[in-house]
Amino acid sequence: MSTATENAAAAPPKKAVLSDRARGERNLGWKLAGPAFAVMLLVTLYPIVYAVYLSLFNYRLTDPDAREFVFVQNYVTALTDPLFWQAFTTTFIIVVITLIIELVLGMAIAMVMNKIVIPRRTLRTVVLIPYAIVTVVSAFAWLFAAQVDTGFFNHWLHALTFGWFDLEFNWFANQAGSLVIICLSEIWKTTPFMSLLLLAGLAQIDGAMEEAAEVDGATWWQRFYKVVIPNMKAALMVAVLFRCLDAIRIYDNPEVMTGGANNTMSLSMLVATETIDRVEIGMGSALAVILFVIVLIVAAIFVRGFKVDLTGGK
Amino acid sequence: MQHAPPRRGVAVSLAVALTATMGLAACGSDDSAGGGTPTLTWYINPDVGNSDPSAEKGGQAYLAKRCSDASNGKYKINVQLLPNDASAQREQLLRRLAAGDKSMDLMSIDPVFVSEFAQAGYLAPVPKKYEAEFTEDRVKSSVTASTWEGELVAVPFWSNTQLLWYRKSVAKKAGLDMSQPVTWDQLIKAAKSGKTDIGVQAALYEGYTVWINALIAGAGGKILDNPGAKGKDIKLDLDSPEGKKAAQIIGTIARDGLGGPAMGNSTETESLDSFKLKRANYLVNWAYTYGALGDKAKADVAATLYPRTEDGRKSAPPYGGIQLGVGAKSAHTGLAYDAAACVAGKENQAIYMSKAGNPASRKAAYTDPAVLKAFPNGIAKTIRTSLDQAIPRPQSQYYGDISTGIQQRFSPPSSVTTKTPASTQKFILEVLKGEALL
Repeated sequence: MSTATENAAAAPPKKAVLSDRARGERNLGWKLAGPAFAVMLLVTLYPIVYAVYLSLFNYRLTDPDAREFVFVQNYVTALTDPLFWQAFTTTFIIVVITLIIELVLGMAIAMVMNKIVIPRRTLRTVVLIPYAIVTVVSAFAWLFAAQVDTGFFNHWLHALTFGWFDLEFNWFANQAGSLVIICLSEIWKTTPFMSLLLLAGLAQIDGAMEEAAEVDGATWWQRFYKVVIPNMKAALMVAVLFRCLDAIRIYDNPEVMTGGANNTMSLSMLVATETIDRVEIGMGSALAVILFVIVLIVAAIFVRGFKVDLTGGK
Repeated sequence: MQHAPPRRGVAVSLAVALTATMGLAACGSDDSAGGGTPTLTWYINPDVGNSDPSAEKGGQAYLAKRCSDASNGKYKINVQLLPNDASAQREQLLRRLAAGDKSMDLMSIDPVFVSEFAQAGYLAPVPKKYEAEFTEDRVKSSVTASTWEGELVAVPFWSNTQLLWYRKSVAKKAGLDMSQPVTWDQLIKAAKSGKTDIGVQAALYEGYTVWINALIAGAGGKILDNPGAKGKDIKLDLDSPEGKKAAQIIGTIARDGLGGPAMGNSTETESLDSFKLKRANYLVNWAYTYGALGDKAKADVAATLYPRTEDGRKSAPPYGGIQLGVGAKSAHTGLAYDAAACVAGKENQAIYMSKAGNPASRKAAYTDPAVLKAFPNGIAKTIRTSLDQAIPRPQSQYYGDISTGIQQRFSPPSSVTTKTPASTQKFILEVLKGEALL
């Protein structure tokens, strides 16, 4: 009660500050953004709520009469099933490996791009080429490159190791081999995205600060660690967060390369199998909601961990 | 304020968006609305030159053309190609049907998916006037596969079955009397002594279930106890002496290396290639095998009935083929059934069998001269006998789950033991009750 009165007491003077013009602009802002806001709610919130609703049913598209309310049974089943945890582990491995390598590689490329002056625009365009390729296409390219019959990987490795590497090595015969190719393909494709985001961060750093640190006798590493990194924290977080969420949803690469064989099924593939192959809408929705919650948790951890307020400033 | 132009911009973009949507909607509408000849869409499976409308190939596209011409302007059939493998075909059909796609006039459906589609109400009922025509003169297994809960729900089109293909010289050397039915055990012994492979399908796909079902049915057992039951009430009979016998045969072939080095990846194509290369001299495979062999290779190749699981008990050859279904939401269900009657008509089945190599469901086709020429040396008759003996895979609206569960638990084949059927049964029942993921 007391807080409510306080708020009520605090509100009038605040309102009084708004001039007619400000109020008019605010109203106009609502009029302009309102429809978009409503559409956003409709297209994002509605499917989420609907998925949550469906996940409480045992509902198969081909047997609508047998639809049955089971409450949280689907979540219990999913979270206690070894297949779910296998998909979770596989996805987790892919996320960690690709994220670390992409961050290091992306940073290196971004720093090179930041320093180079002459073919700057050409370089930035060239770097983006892998990212411009549709994931399914790049997945097929990597699949063919690594396969025993059509591939050239084995020939190169065979030649580079002076015959030590087996020419007939089947990358897709076990989990480790398959994950190596899946991760390589991911890294190749999305490092450019990472480096461009990091480049944007690097470009914001005031050169004078680095110079000052240099004058003070800081080594290259000290300058990088104490000046560059803290000053591009927001860009770094955006890059890591985006890439991490992207990797959690990984679908195309493992689907094309292994189809989920040898324990390479990702969480998204599991959702697709339940929803599309088995038309088990209830279980599929439950898995999709679980994936959504995982994404939310990861996003929250990153935003807190980096201590960056993205909405701040204005 | 300078906000007027943006508002006009909004109006313009809204108008553009609306027009675009309306344009798209127009694209999706029935093209027969103009009053011309109605166009029926037939979703065909891309087997052996089906999409080639030429008379030489005699595929489904050719039958579509023939029936369009024969209808005298009543309808026109336009073919649409489905994906290659059966599971992907099901997925596409299912998604379109579930979305209420009105273009689903005619569909080539793998027999195992008929129950699922019928149970969901996706298939238009067969008109009474056609019931007699669609069942008379058909091999029994094709009618069984087109029936769901006692009602005819699809049109028997072509009926496939697997035979045991072998090289006459090798079988003779191994002392196998192929004029009499052989058993799997005899075949295993002959392959071991002759140091040759047996071509089988044991990759993680539908073809593996075909083999497992045939082995179990051949021993007098069955996978599904109560066809038509709801998911929770389904009773399986995998954990039985018949199931164990099937597992024992698979395990033996895999562990003795008789299925070839890549048995766990072997589909129809790989096993046929192995047979062509003479790595395997025995092969269980569908009827198209003979047509796929070169003239030179054909001379030494013969076919007999599918191997018996148990001595003294008739074998249960796999039943395959394609049934024609008419979508319940189709705008022309009547015309679609007229077209289906034409496509599955006697003459067209004989053409399809002799040209495309896919066996007819009509018994009369087996005495057609062109068919006898395409399947000489008694092979046509063997196919016909095999079809009478053939047992379809379990009929259930949950067939997909049952089949995938079996494939997963029976893979890799070298790990299959007599304990496998029991664990498979437990797993599938859990999946059907929603207690496990698949």
